Amino acid sequence: MKKEPVNIKEREHAARVKDFEEVVQGFSEEEALQEASRCIQCKDPKCVSGCPVGIDIKTFIGQITRKDYDGAYSTIRQKNNFPSICGRVCPAEYQCRKACVFTKKGEPFASGQAIGIHFLERFIGDYGARKGLRVESSGDAKYAGARVAVVGSGPAGLCCAGELARRGVRVTVFEGLHKTGGVLRYGIPPFRLPRNILDLEIDSLKELGVEIRTNTIIGKVKLLEDLFAEGFSAIFLGMGAGIPSFLGIPGENLCNIYSANEFLTRVNLMGAHTFPAHHTPINIGRHIVVVGGGNTAMDAARVAIRLQHMRGIEPDTTVLYRRTEVEMPARRLEIEHAKEEGIRFALLVKPEEFLADEKGFVRTIRASRCELGEPDKTGRRRPVVIEGSSFEADCDLAVIAIGLGANTILTSATPQLATDKYGDVIINPETMETSIQGVFAGGDIVGGEGTVIEAMGMAKKAARAILSYIIHNKGENDEK
Amino acid sequence: MVKKGSNVEKFMKIIDKEFLMESQGTRIVKLTILVPDIAAKAKAGQFVVLMVKEEGERIPLTVVKADPVKGTVMLIAQEAGFTTKLLAQMNAGDFLYSVVGPLGHATEIKKYGKVILVGGGVGIAEIYPVAQAFKDAGNEVTAIIGSRTKELLILERELKEASDACVVLTDDGSYGRKGFVTQALQELLEKSKYDLVYAVGPIPMMRAVSLVTKPFGVLTLVSLNAIMVDGTGMCGGCRVSVAGKVKFSCVDGPEFDASQVDWQELLTRNSVYTEQEKHICRLHNAG
Repeated sequence: MKKEPVNIKEREHAARVKDFEEVVQGFSEEEALQEASRCIQCKDPKCVSGCPVGIDIKTFIGQITRKDYDGAYSTIRQKNNFPSICGRVCPAEYQCRKACVFTKKGEPFASGQAIGIHFLERFIGDYGARKGLRVESSGDAKYAGARVAVVGSGPAGLCCAGELARRGVRVTVFEGLHKTGGVLRYGIPPFRLPRNILDLEIDSLKELGVEIRTNTIIGKVKLLEDLFAEGFSAIFLGMGAGIPSFLGIPGENLCNIYSANEFLTRVNLMGAHTFPAHHTPINIGRHIVVVGGGNTAMDAARVAIRLQHMRGIEPDTTVLYRRTEVEMPARRLEIEHAKEEGIRFALLVKPEEFLADEKGFVRTIRASRCELGEPDKTGRRRPVVIEGSSFEADCDLAVIAIGLGANTILTSATPQLATDKYGDVIINPETMETSIQGVFAGGDIVGGEGTVIEAMGMAKKAARAILSYIIHNKGENDEK
Repeated sequence: MVKKGSNVEKFMKIIDKEFLMESQGTRIVKLTILVPDIAAKAKAGQFVVLMVKEEGERIPLTVVKADPVKGTVMLIAQEAGFTTKLLAQMNAGDFLYSVVGPLGHATEIKKYGKVILVGGGVGIAEIYPVAQAFKDAGNEVTAIIGSRTKELLILERELKEASDACVVLTDDGSYGRKGFVTQALQELLEKSKYDLVYAVGPIPMMRAVSLVTKPFGVLTLVSLNAIMVDGTGMCGGCRVSVAGKVKFSCVDGPEFDASQVDWQELLTRNSVYTEQEKHICRLHNAG
């Protein structure tokens, strides 16, 4: 008989919306054992191919059922340096869990019956971190003396740094902000990814010998040629997508209209929710509108409603999305959590204009209703505005969470670095090498807005190519 | 073994600090900070973003002078909000929590011919490196500098050295000519043809400059002081409308064609945290 999935424990809605503590509580050992025992250990496990970094899911779940947690940790770490992070932020329902045999073919995302692979990964990741388990560094003499510069300390950069350091390469990570982690810190709120977990995972990199230099913007304070001149034999670019997109509608520059990046950075990185203890301010509205349907929109909405609770404002936060819930790119769990926390969803709605009060602050949003038309090139049905459906609603703070474009600081300072029409760095997909020899790239800077785990998948591929590049280069130098 | 990172620890140290001017509770502070990598690259027109403390705000400040040999940059700030007041309390030997840069585009330095630089208040500090660079590039440089009152006039000697002619004004007539910088600018433009006007100061001053220069059709550049967080294009908080298009001051600027800037929008956007600013300053004074 098929066993029922183990429900994950979460904090009560009423309590959790008043703080930034983690919402999902994770499996106990018993729960993990029970969930793991649901896995039927398929002969040809599809879940593994659903994982962008190819974690041997079948094996680690098998190890959990035998209570070989150390073994399970080692299995995961062979492919993934950051199980505690990925176990919390991976959109598993589009990846491994969607590929799980318990999800019917053709479903848009994983069935509730699919194994809770991400929760099991998190259980093992946290177990390993608590126990101080480390993956042995398989330092190789042939990489001795090689130095690699990694630009950006987000998911791609950290992953690449870890992969290289484990093989004995000396890695220096350059981070532009004053703290490490990139989007993991400024973007993802602590109630999804607690800061101690993030710090632990980054500390484990430092133990591998990775040096991290914050406050260093490559492309400004140092150019790529400076890094080569300093003796780095290869460079990995993982600076992410940088520039927030706006709607391009009237009134968008009114006061209290934020990009999601700004709204989240002020809180997650700068601590604006504790103002004035932290000095960075943020405004909170009585009627907050978040535009977008991705994880960032969910994060922004959930931060917004927490701020309303914390400031004693009657919570009123609405997510506006042009399509329907099915088309929302956000993780299903985030959508559920947002609803539980009292966030309203206005679906099939397209913003048209923001209107100001006498001081230049946003007061009203004008929007139109949509219906779904033909599928566009992403395969999602295109929203079509219904004539004459325009309406106005109260809105004294808006957050625009509709995506990001390429950050051009480094690319504009490096004319030899080939980019596409979006400003993304062009790479050889086999090696992730850019148009400049010895310079590799991965993560959002090579295209679109991927997920943390996709960035890591690219970073791993780049790390493999960098290792062979180092060997190849060394051989050439030795011959000289 | 010497730890590689230990060198870095010494950076962001305040080497020197002095108050340039003080009047009716308003002080202007000059800081020299050890940041060799930034000092090696910074050019006229660029800025840094700094944090005084870990719990602090990130604020942009123009690099007034970079000394690549000593590895230092000079910053000048007027105590305006909470963070600039905090900065003014720091002393030589203290460390800033974070300094990044050099950010923004450098001023395009070339031979225009006859150039007028207009500096108002602490904006005088920002035109100083540009004046020097323009002069070094062979331009005929006229500086117009002004402040509210004599005690708040900074860098007069430096600007006189960096220019071929320098007009000094105060609003109250306590020093130099009485009046606004725009009056002096108007007179110069009426008398002779100029190839570029470059202005930095409070937003109303820069707006007034752009109105004065418009009829003369002289290219007028301004360096904008929008509210920023990261300073690298990530947050979009510093967006301004220029020629009807949304630009980010940090990565597209900070310099823009004054005739194309939506000044009212910039003024309004810069007032977005006025209440919080009052609140934190009150708390601070009470404490």
